[in-house]
Amino acid sequence: MSKGDLEALRREVSRLERGSSPVVSERFSTGSAQLDAALRGGLSRGALHEVFAAQTADEPSASGFAVMLAVRASAKRPVVWVRQDFAGIEAGEIYAPGLAELGLSPDRLIVVRASDGPSVLRAGEEAARCPPLGAVLIEPWGAPKALDLVASRRLALAAARSNVPLFMVRAGAQPEPSAALTRWRVRAALSTALEADAPGHPAFNVELLRDRAGAAGRNWIVEWDRDSGIFKDRIGKKRSATDPPSLSGGMVSVPAGGSSDEGSRRAV
Amino acid sequence: MRARAEPSELPLVITEKVKGAQRLMAICPDAKRAGLAAGMTLADARARIPDLWVEEMDARADAALLDRIAEDCDRFSPAVMIDAPDGLMLDITGCDHLFNGEAELRRIFSQRMRRAGLHIRTVIADAADAARALARYGRTAIVAPGEDATAVRSLPIAALGLEESDRLAISRAGLKTIGSLADRPSLPFAARFGEQMTLRLRRIQGQAEPPLNPRRAIPTLWVERRFPEPIGRVEDVEAVLLELGQEACLSLGERREGGRVFEASLFRADGAIRRLVIETGRPMRDARTLLRLFRERLDALADPIDPGFGFDLIRLAVPHADPLDALQPGLDGHAVECDAIADLADRLSTRFGADRVIRFLPENTHDPDRAARAVSASFNPMTSDVWPSPEAEEPPLRPIQMFDPPQRIHITMAEVPDGPPRKFNWRRKEYLVALAEGPERIAPEWWLKPDALTRDYYRVEDSEGRRFWLFRAGFYSQKGPPPGWFMHGIFA
Repeated sequence: MSKGDLEALRREVSRLERGSSPVVSERFSTGSAQLDAALRGGLSRGALHEVFAAQTADEPSASGFAVMLAVRASAKRPVVWVRQDFAGIEAGEIYAPGLAELGLSPDRLIVVRASDGPSVLRAGEEAARCPPLGAVLIEPWGAPKALDLVASRRLALAAARSNVPLFMVRAGAQPEPSAALTRWRVRAALSTALEADAPGHPAFNVELLRDRAGAAGRNWIVEWDRDSGIFKDRIGKKRSATDPPSLSGGMVSVPAGGSSDEGSRRAV
Repeated sequence: MRARAEPSELPLVITEKVKGAQRLMAICPDAKRAGLAAGMTLADARARIPDLWVEEMDARADAALLDRIAEDCDRFSPAVMIDAPDGLMLDITGCDHLFNGEAELRRIFSQRMRRAGLHIRTVIADAADAARALARYGRTAIVAPGEDATAVRSLPIAALGLEESDRLAISRAGLKTIGSLADRPSLPFAARFGEQMTLRLRRIQGQAEPPLNPRRAIPTLWVERRFPEPIGRVEDVEAVLLELGQEACLSLGERREGGRVFEASLFRADGAIRRLVIETGRPMRDARTLLRLFRERLDALADPIDPGFGFDLIRLAVPHADPLDALQPGLDGHAVECDAIADLADRLSTRFGADRVIRFLPENTHDPDRAARAVSASFNPMTSDVWPSPEAEEPPLRPIQMFDPPQRIHITMAEVPDGPPRKFNWRRKEYLVALAEGPERIAPEWWLKPDALTRDYYRVEDSEGRRFWLFRAGFYSQKGPPPGWFMHGIFA
């Protein structure tokens, strides 16, 4: 079987998976030229995207990255955020003024507090079936038993039918097979210091662990520009994690690729 | 009215201690035939019939039983009033035709109560007080419309329910029946016995309406289905709910109203009643949406509905409705989208509880703990509230996740005591601060929290890029322990 045949089959299967009505899955751009190039124009709208945290301490960054993707995707439409109670205990409760400062106005946010994993999935699926929504964030804790391949396929299907992007923040979990179209691993990155060594805009080291439709295994450092509501590439200027804090502003290049160093800290 | 327990063949008497003596408060028909009467002392009764089955009066159990019977009577009318300690009043206006008339309703009712082992007397009359007096003192069963005043004429004065001294005074005046009172001018009675007495007299004759206080609020609208053969399958119940929903929604449409609260009552053939209540954020009259909400509620039940031998009556009531004009979708489709989102909020609230599906409203305060208020998303539809807009170019000054309460951290190194920490311990891990900004001094709202300390907040970033919101509670001083440091939130 030639490569072309295989591609045609894949397209056919993915068309069937999206249900009988062929919904053209549009994409939304992240704003970052590098990310968009790797994603061939942006992230798919009617799909499930998983966001993992590199370490426990990076969970707020993972949530933040998902919120920012939701801001990009939703274009001022309402957003539903389903969160398991335990996430609030462990990483802090959602703070509306902070979301406003990331560009997600709390006016258009509905939060569902779910007590357990199955409730999170149930509420997330219900929300993902509501086409007027701009995006749905779901945040189960750990790896609930209910979240198996079937459950994630259901979520992906719901998103595909309604064309509402579904971002699943996987706090306290390790990547495992799922129906997600893309899978990300997020780690907090040093921000570009402002005047007087003040912490700057949110910055992340994001790694595309998996992309069903393309190449994966690359990582980038992006900054969130709240005023324009886009991610920006950080080019060149970079502080080193190993530098003493007073010597900020060192120039270190970012190595591309290399997704295998799970536990060890990446040398940036 | 008292359930007769079967284990003994002996005449049953219920006693209570009154002024030091055990007196009979209630007796069974056997005891009555044997010559006993309520009010006798137990000693007298024992002298006449040595073998008695004696039980202590238990007012609480009586009340509970009455309540259960009242609950069951819901199937005859939604307006059931408890007439303590041993009576029930049902407003059957508009209900009797469902049973082919008053006589048939009375027959079915009496039969049901007798089967439950109750001794009852039932009277149907225009006025509640007339029916009540006739049930307790008279012999009539059904009073023809407009005949209340005639029917109560022969009742004794006691039927008025006056104080014992007043009753005695009237009897001593030679007036034995309601009729003899009614024939006389009421003014002298009012002067002698008070307004209350003439009011009662008018009520018992059906000339004045007593305030009725039903157990459950009477819904603005209700529809119901009775089944000769009880139904038990969930699909059937849902089909009936859909039909009832369509009927109710039609009526709501005629009234230009939409329901805010819907209550489905499932009456099991053996008397158990299951109620499902649904609240919606906006007035609503769409039967399909309603059924979806009921399904959510059924799915979310911790103990699934047990049909037992089946349901023989299903009622859908709308206890609360609000105005809702004819539905016309907006031209731009925006209204439809808003509705779809409000429906989603309703569904999620029905399933997970209104306190678990929330929105945030801004509060006009500088206290970060109170800056956002969580409210039910279902009852607070989307609006554009004024959230303070962030200043351009500034990084986020507030975290996206906050700890409540703030978590204590331990400073292991600081350059100056007043400045931000250089190193701190949080959750048994050490963080090395690379960047810091602050302090942002936030004074407590002393009018709310008189003992709270002023907080100096710092935005810090650690050597790995994690951004935290820390604060120091209080100030350093010569005496006393150093102020504590806390982790309040985490930035993205």
